[in-house]
Amino acid sequence: MDEAIVLTYEISPDDFTRAGEASSDVKGKLKQLGVSPEAIRKVAIAMYEGEINMVIHANGGGIRVEITPVEIKMILADVGPGIPDVEQAMKAGYSTAPDEVRSLGFGAGMGLPNMKKYTDDMTIETQLGVGTTITMTVKM
Amino acid sequence: MTVQGLLDSGMFTVVNVGENPEREITVPFCCDLLSIAMGRAPAGCAWVTVMGNMNTLAVATLTDAACIIMAEGAVLDEIAMKKAKDQEITVMGTELPIFDAALKIHQAMQG
Repeated sequence: MDEAIVLTYEISPDDFTRAGEASSDVKGKLKQLGVSPEAIRKVAIAMYEGEINMVIHANGGGIRVEITPVEIKMILADVGPGIPDVEQAMKAGYSTAPDEVRSLGFGAGMGLPNMKKYTDDMTIETQLGVGTTITMTVKM
Repeated sequence: MTVQGLLDSGMFTVVNVGENPEREITVPFCCDLLSIAMGRAPAGCAWVTVMGNMNTLAVATLTDAACIIMAEGAVLDEIAMKKAKDQEITVMGTELPIFDAALKIHQAMQG
């Protein structure tokens, strides 16, 4: 595995039946590559939270996963409304999710905090009305 | 205790048998809020919940739970059932409340 393996996914908006498919696919591929279960678990959790966020808030988007021998990088880019206050959004329990999402057991304001907790590095670039790009890295 | 051991114990009804039933259960885990379960469910746990939608199955897969126990007579909806079969996730059911179901698993794990 000298060069980076790149995987790309498109996330459909408002489709909870498909949310998690991309993360499950990445999980399967990492397993085939012999990545440690702990790193796989971190990637799966962080990416699924990102996927759910894209479905709920951002009219879907795209995910690019780069796998190298030293790290797994996930780049989640959407053209959604942007995050008005990143600091507030990062607080556990803060949520703007609609009731419909909460009735499915989500929307408790744990998404971004979970993403941070399970990755070694996370950066958020966001612009109101333009979109959000979240880059997360998990070290091997 | 393995997932197979729990399946064979007769404590719970068998809804779906998934891959790797010989896997060791690490701990019972109780939670119905998927947002919390996503961040807290320990790898290899026996997850006791009443939440039976397709997202429960996704969270179980991604957090690497060993199996799911649907408590209080809760059932998987049709899409979730399909997902359990497709993703080969072991699911059991019981009429017991969540605490009692988790306690039974805990006691069985103590031997």
